[in-house]
Amino acid sequence: MMRMSPMAGPSVSVAPTDDVVLSIRNLSVYYNDRLAVRDITLDIPRNRITALIGPSGCGKSTLIRCLNRMNDLIPGARVSGEVWYHGQDIYAPHVDPVEVRRRIGMVFQKPNPFPKSIYENVAFGPRINGYKGDLDELVERCLRQAALWDEVKDKLRANAMTLSGGQQQRLCIARALATQPDVILMDEPTSALDPIATLKIEELMRQLVQYYTIVVVNHNMQQAARISDMTAFMSIDRTNPDARIGVLVEYGPTEQIFTNPAQQETEDYISGRFS
Amino acid sequence: MDGSSMWQEVSRNLRWRRGKGYLFEALGLISILVGLFVLFLLFYDVMRDGLPRLIPCRGQAAFPFFQCDLSVTVKFLTSFPSRRPEEAGIASALVGSVYMIGVMMLFSFPIGIGAGIYLEEYAPKNRLTHLIQISLANLAGVPSIIYGLLGLQLFVRALYNITGGRSVLSGALTMALLVMPLIVIATREAIRAVPDEIRQASLALGATRWQTVWHHILPYAMPGILTGAILAVSRAIGETAPLITIGALTFVAFLPEGLRSPFTVLPIQIFNWVSRPQPEFAHAAAAGIVVLLVILLSMNATAIYLRNRFERRW
Repeated sequence: MMRMSPMAGPSVSVAPTDDVVLSIRNLSVYYNDRLAVRDITLDIPRNRITALIGPSGCGKSTLIRCLNRMNDLIPGARVSGEVWYHGQDIYAPHVDPVEVRRRIGMVFQKPNPFPKSIYENVAFGPRINGYKGDLDELVERCLRQAALWDEVKDKLRANAMTLSGGQQQRLCIARALATQPDVILMDEPTSALDPIATLKIEELMRQLVQYYTIVVVNHNMQQAARISDMTAFMSIDRTNPDARIGVLVEYGPTEQIFTNPAQQETEDYISGRFS
Repeated sequence: MDGSSMWQEVSRNLRWRRGKGYLFEALGLISILVGLFVLFLLFYDVMRDGLPRLIPCRGQAAFPFFQCDLSVTVKFLTSFPSRRPEEAGIASALVGSVYMIGVMMLFSFPIGIGAGIYLEEYAPKNRLTHLIQISLANLAGVPSIIYGLLGLQLFVRALYNITGGRSVLSGALTMALLVMPLIVIATREAIRAVPDEIRQASLALGATRWQTVWHHILPYAMPGILTGAILAVSRAIGETAPLITIGALTFVAFLPEGLRSPFTVLPIQIFNWVSRPQPEFAHAAAAGIVVLLVILLSMNATAIYLRNRFERRW
């Protein structure tokens, strides 16, 4: 089922009625001076799911990791351009990447809970950030939001590694929620999960988007079509295919991208002519 | 070639291939048996000479009717060395060993573990750190007597005013240098075994690098670090050459009073007794070896226990 989006038009900017949470401007990423992603300009609207789709190696993960400065951790990675978040360029010199990551959460491809108790997994973020409120209450709220509470409420002290893959991934989502971010980045969050666990995560994302802005990398086009409001199609620059430079081909409401794409390359990709 | 001869060909071939497998298996078994046999022989020899001196028992052949004189054991452990072999004990050597190893751990653990954390988690991967890594691996293989010579020049002579010369402190510092590369290498291996996803997860929650190290990397790597550290310590306990080089005494009839006090250690005491002509001293030496073996084996057992108890599968 495809969701109707209030937005229309093929432009890179979203409709003026929508708040923009992240505004990416002319973003390029280099790994050891090799250009990996070129000149991305993209607006991420509030309380929407924005999906990044495209063939392998087109820089979807690179782009999403730029949005909370996780790319800083890769030796040799360098970013030019701007990412505006609440009126602040997160790549401005005085901005501390640690502060950025506190406010923009991330869920990874492979569930990666800490080998500690379920409770400690969720409580870690608030604890290191000096959370002053009721930690038990916060942990319960995050686990409820991540649709995991009923399954783990009787074993909060159990090691998180004893959970199933799908439960682990929902725990990772709860953990990301606990630092009270307003944006959650998800890098192929269901690619390591079975279909039932995948469905649960998808439902969960639709619920979370009422309160959060979600950016998700999707290798699976059907999933992007099912869950996202906005879709950005990235691909490799066809004018210079050997360099394998990732570019943004088209961005717009999901429905439009999947039913009436403006670019031939987008149509070729979504109709499965290449992957 | 008809079908049946092809099968014969294959099965003859297969028999030969299998045979090579069995041959290798047998050779491997023989190798390990040789090793075990030599070890067992050494162990038996030491026990035969040492146990009656350490724990004399009446009617040792009649196993169920053991009657052992533990007062001899206590006396051996609490007496100072003596000219009379039946009165000689290992008190000063035992206390010296424990004292020196304790001080050594104070120096080598924080520095070694700290260096390991720095190299794995903080240091940029460039030519300098690569050089440091290679040097560490080489240092771990340097003969221990070289460390003794360094300790003699540096700690005993150059830093005489601090260490007081041939003292517990000089010995501990020399030993700390000796085991530090082992601890650094063990720390780095243990840290490297923590998957990168854990780092990413922690950093993505807004943890600083240090918070990530302190709350995640170190706790998960700790069993590995401790295992390596314990094995390093058990190596230090058995070392003799560097301590003889720096001039640890061979006959000490007093307990070390402080860091700057002269001292001896178990292996030196054993070495001293072995070099005496009287067979009674040889028995005392064997008894000392038994004590040293018990210490070493229990430390290694602790290391194995820690490794198994806290081993993680990612």
